[in-house]
This record gives sequence, structure tokens and C-alpha cells, in this order.
Amino acid sequence: MRYLDEYRDAALVKNIVDRIDRTITQPWVIMEICGGQTHSIMQNGLDQILPAEIELVHGPGCPVCVTSLELVDKALAIASKPDVIFCSFGDMLRVPGSTGDLFSIRAKGGQVRVVYSPLDAVKIAKQNPDKQVVFFAIGFETTAPANAMSVLQAKALGLTNYSILVSQVKVPPAMHAILGSPTNRVQGFLAAGHVCSVMGYWEYYEIAEKYKVPITVTGFEPVDLLNGVLMTVQQLEAGKHEVQNAYSRVVSKEGNLPSQKILKDVFQVCDRNWRGIGMIPQSGLCLQPEFDAFNAEVRFNVGEIQTRESEICIAGQILQGIKKPPQCPAFGTFCNPENPLGATMVSSEGACSAYYRYARNESVNA
Amino acid sequence: MNEETLPVIQGSVCPVPLKHHDTIVMGHGSGGRMTQELIQEIFQPHLASPQLLAGNDFAEMIPAPSHGNGRLAVSTDSHIVSPLVFPGGDIGRLSVCGTVNDVAMSGATPLYLTACFILEEGLSTSLLESIVISMSEAAKEAGVQIVAGDTKVVEKGKADGLFINTTGMGWIPEGVEISGAGAQPGDIVLISGTMGDHGIAVLSARGELGFETEIQSDVAPLNHLIRSVIDAAPHTHVLRDPTRGGLATTLNEIACQSNMCITIEESLIPVQPAVNAACEMLGFDPFYVANEGKVIVIVPEAEAEAALTAMHLNPYGKNAAVIGNVSATPVSRVLLKTKIGGTRIMDVLAGEMLPRIC
Repeated sequence: MRYLDEYRDAALVKNIVDRIDRTITQPWVIMEICGGQTHSIMQNGLDQILPAEIELVHGPGCPVCVTSLELVDKALAIASKPDVIFCSFGDMLRVPGSTGDLFSIRAKGGQVRVVYSPLDAVKIAKQNPDKQVVFFAIGFETTAPANAMSVLQAKALGLTNYSILVSQVKVPPAMHAILGSPTNRVQGFLAAGHVCSVMGYWEYYEIAEKYKVPITVTGFEPVDLLNGVLMTVQQLEAGKHEVQNAYSRVVSKEGNLPSQKILKDVFQVCDRNWRGIGMIPQSGLCLQPEFDAFNAEVRFNVGEIQTRESEICIAGQILQGIKKPPQCPAFGTFCNPENPLGATMVSSEGACSAYYRYARNESVNA
Repeated sequence: MNEETLPVIQGSVCPVPLKHHDTIVMGHGSGGRMTQELIQEIFQPHLASPQLLAGNDFAEMIPAPSHGNGRLAVSTDSHIVSPLVFPGGDIGRLSVCGTVNDVAMSGATPLYLTACFILEEGLSTSLLESIVISMSEAAKEAGVQIVAGDTKVVEKGKADGLFINTTGMGWIPEGVEISGAGAQPGDIVLISGTMGDHGIAVLSARGELGFETEIQSDVAPLNHLIRSVIDAAPHTHVLRDPTRGGLATTLNEIACQSNMCITIEESLIPVQPAVNAACEMLGFDPFYVANEGKVIVIVPEAEAEAALTAMHLNPYGKNAAVIGNVSATPVSRVLLKTKIGGTRIMDVLAGEMLPRIC
């Protein structure tokens, strides 16, 4: 396919790997932020063709994985209500809450629908004036503009039956949390290309400077990812800690300004609980008070939720790059995609799911 | 009362029941006259066989009119698809081809089909007839006879328009030994054409993609193609159609049944550019998307070339390709060599395929 095949070219890949090989002199730990990058690395087998000195650890950038258990449980409670059509991105349906998932709500007769865009949920609200339509607005800065746009559109249409359950999170506070942790091992970052396409990369200068880590804005195809690794290794070997852009065909320094404006108009920054990690100050986005009418948490009385997390799951340590999926005692035994203990095993962007699907077998190279 | 005050009787005053020619109503499943009319007007004209025309509650057949010694192969499948009509086919063609193919995967020559219809009250009879016609055409193409059938009607809301169950019977000639457990080290893995066409065509017809595609379902009877493969490669070990769960899931079934490792190469697997594009946009992997007119063929290396040539000569196999091979270890695994030279596991699909978020 044009504009993709070029970035999956075997000869080009080999060329970049050779350059990384020639550059590297010592071990480095590099974190790719985004779960989409993790999956591309595993799906293409990039981890096997990189020099052994490079350890790629997998970051918290999986929107499904970090959505707090409390919010998943609230989603289940709202979706169970008889007059509600609950709309969600498909990935979210299998994520375990304390007592079940959205699939089990659907099996019990709840109206749970998969949509590709929050604007589809607005359409459903318009077509079903006698129902309350709720959209599960999860994700990073990538999904946030469209989710905000759905609220603006519902308002413009005068809809009184549309609301969103917000679990938006921001990348830079998570990078601060990882780098500021006493157990941190990360020496360089591949920043998430899609997030940067919205936000630009002006937010990262402060992080690179404060923690002395190189940050490279990186895409998702094999050539993009390897270029990101190469540029990061070049900086690490040279003792530099700059912000660089290896995804310039999509990302500019200032980002998508109209999208950023919509975010400011609709959302405000708030503290947010990340599943498996805990509360990260100022790491979330929630609706401005003037949009209370579109806030599902305000509309539905789901305040008192008792959550219960699996005691075995180490998703939190995996999302912070402290451990890798095979180091979990439950990996591939009690915990698998059919019976996930944590969200990292569910989502197509979750690290455990990527390992389970693509690298479960140690003798894969044999 | 004189003649002038007598009422003028113009005809029968008892209202004649409506005929309900246009839509299916509960009466069509009563077993009475309406059922008879439905059979006579819709089913018999298109699906007539000596057994059906005999009008009994059973069909009599000779299992192998001319095939000598061998074994009987039977397969049954219930077909549900939304929408009922999709680019490249409909539930009628699907219900015949699906079962014909399952029988043919044993190496059998499919001979007979039965068909059970569950109709939802309110289904248009003209739509039903067009679906029955397409069953008839698919059966003719496959060379099978429909020998028994049944129709039930359920209330509105209890079914999705129309469900069709078909059971197929075929004859496995003596000496043909084909099974999912038959893959052996050194065998070559072939596929008869492009992957993912049916699944993406149906999704597209549902209007759920948010964009238009021109992708047609590949639904087709494969028995003639398979017969020519077996003739060309008489030691064929495995035949299986990668339907639900796609190529990846079906190869895993074979790897597990055979206790073998199957290694395939991403760059060798044919996928239409439009299917690839749709999958890229939705976050699907074409190797997990359903096919309804493709077959995985596993043969000894010495017969691989002959099998490939035989497939290329059939219109349903013109894009056939060698995609990999079988080895002894690691057991029960499917490995994929990626385009850029890595190797990874290709696992079965867990539950429903879900589109990703961003």
C-alpha cells in the first residue's frame, strides 16, 4: 500500500539496523511510550533484529490499559441501565471491571454498541431521542479532540440525551512520573507520534532538560521506529538530551492548533487515577463545568463504586517499564486474552497482549 | 316485504383471507395450505430434485452411484449473516458453498444437501425467492442436489430475517486420506487466493466501515478446484478452508491437530490492496478475517508444484501461492516470518475481533 510499504521496506530496515549497530557501544534502556508502537515492534519482530545492547521497555501509552478500574465499573453501571445506549471503542468491551466487562453487560441485555468515532455516538443520540446515549471518552491527547468535538456537536444540535464518561489522560505527566520514580530505568524515550500530531512536541523540552533524557518523536512503521531508535542511540552515545523529531511527515513542533483550541474550550486539566499506576497529579482532562449537562458522571448517579482489582496482576509495573510481561507469574497461565486479569492483556495496544500474541514461545528463533 | 325492499345480494359476504404473497407471516410455518403454497411457489421451482418432488418426509439416495468403495462424509453448518445480501453473494450462496466446501475438505465429492430455513415473520417473499435462486445456482455450479428441506417461521424479532442450515453428504473415494492431523515435516503450505475478502465485504455492506469499498465476497464452491488438486497431488495431506478466524486461526487448528510447526512468510500471502487498506484503517489483521472461497492445501514437497499448477488452472485459484512449510518443532505453533525479516508467533483469534482505538 502506498505511503505504508515504503516504511516497511526490508532493505531500508536493514540499512538502519546496520547504522544502529555501528553507533552503539554500550547497553541502553529505551522506552516507547505508545502501545501502538509496542505492538508494531512485536508484530514486525523488530525486537529480534535490534542489537542486544538495546532494551526496549514498554510505556503506559495504552488508553484502554490505564483507564481506572473505578471508571470501568462506572461504565458497567451506566451501561446496565435500561434506558441507556452505551457507546464505546471496541477495545474497551473486553476490559475487566470488578465484576465483569461490557460484553457481559451486553449479554445480559444492556445496549452496548461499538463505534469508530464519538461523532457516530452523537448520531445515535439524534436517532434515539427517547434513550440516553453515553460515549466512553477514553484515550490520550489523540482521541481527546474528537471526543471534545462530539460534545460541541451535541450542544449545537440541542441534544439533551448525549453525555460522555471521561477518562482522558495526558502523556507528559506520565513521563514525569516514570522518570521521577526511584525505580526508573528509562534512559531515552520514543515519544508517541500520534499524540504529537495533535500536541506537537513543545511540551517535551522541559522534560528532556529536567531529567537529562533524549526524546525522539517516533512513528509506528518499522522504518519509523528504527529511525527513532537510531536517533535516540546517537544522542545517548554522544551524551546529549535533546528533543528530536523522527516523524516529521506527520508531526510539527507546535502540533495541530485548532485541535488544541478545542481541547482548551471543552476540557480542563485534573488529577487522574491510572490503572495499575495510581494517581498522577494534573495528568487528566475532564469537562469544564459549563458542559456539566454532557457529563455522564453528573447525569447518572454512579458515585459510590466499590472496586476490586486482581491481586496477582502486575500491569502497573509493566506500564512503568519496571517489569516485562513474561516476568509476571500469571502471564500465559491464569492470565490470557480469553481470561485477562488486567487490561494490558486485553487491548490491542497492551504490552501483555503483544507478548502473548507474538512472542509467547521462547524458542521462536530456533 | 316486496321485491323492491329485498336486499340485493352482490356476492359472498364472508371476507376471503388475504393471500400474503409479499411477506412471510406465521401461517407460512403452520404446515397447512400456506406452507404448501410457499413450498410450491418459492422452493420447488428452483430446488426441485427427484427426492423433493417425491413429496415424502424423507429422501432416498444411493450413497455412491458410481464411486465404488469409499466412505461417506457428512457436514452440517448453520448460516447467519447480516446483511442477507452482500457484494459478491448472499446467504443462499453462502449456505450452499459453506457446506459443500466443508464436505469437499475431506477429499469427498459432495453429492447431496439438505436445507432448513428459519424465516422471520415479515421477511419479503421476493427476497426469499432471490436467495433460493442463488442457492439453486450455487448447487448447480457445485453439482450437488438438494434432497430434503424444512421451513419454520418465527415471530418478528426472534430471528434476523432468515437463517439457513444446510447438511451436506459426499463420497470419499478409496485411498484418499485427508485430515487436519495429516501435516508432516517438510510439507509445503499453499493457499488458493487472497485473504480477507469475505469478512471485509460483509463489514462494508453493513455500512459500519464509514467508507465505501468495492470488495466482493469470495464465496464460492471449491469442490471442483479441490478435486483437481487431489488428482494432481494424490498425497495431499491437509485441506481446510480458512473461514471464521481467518488464515491464522485455521493454521493454528492444523498445527495443533498435527502436532507440527507451520511457518509462513508474510510477503508470500496474497491480500488485495483494498482489503489491506480497509484493515489498516480499522486496526484489523487480514490474516484473521473470514474467507468463504479459499482453501489451505498442505502437500508433500514433491507434489507442491503440481498442486499449485492445478489451482492456477481453476478460476477460484488463479491467485494461489505457496506460503510456507511444515516442520517438527516447535510443536503446535504457527510462526510468521515478517516482511522485514523478523519471526513471530501467529496466534489464534481470542473472541471477537475488535477495532483499535487510535
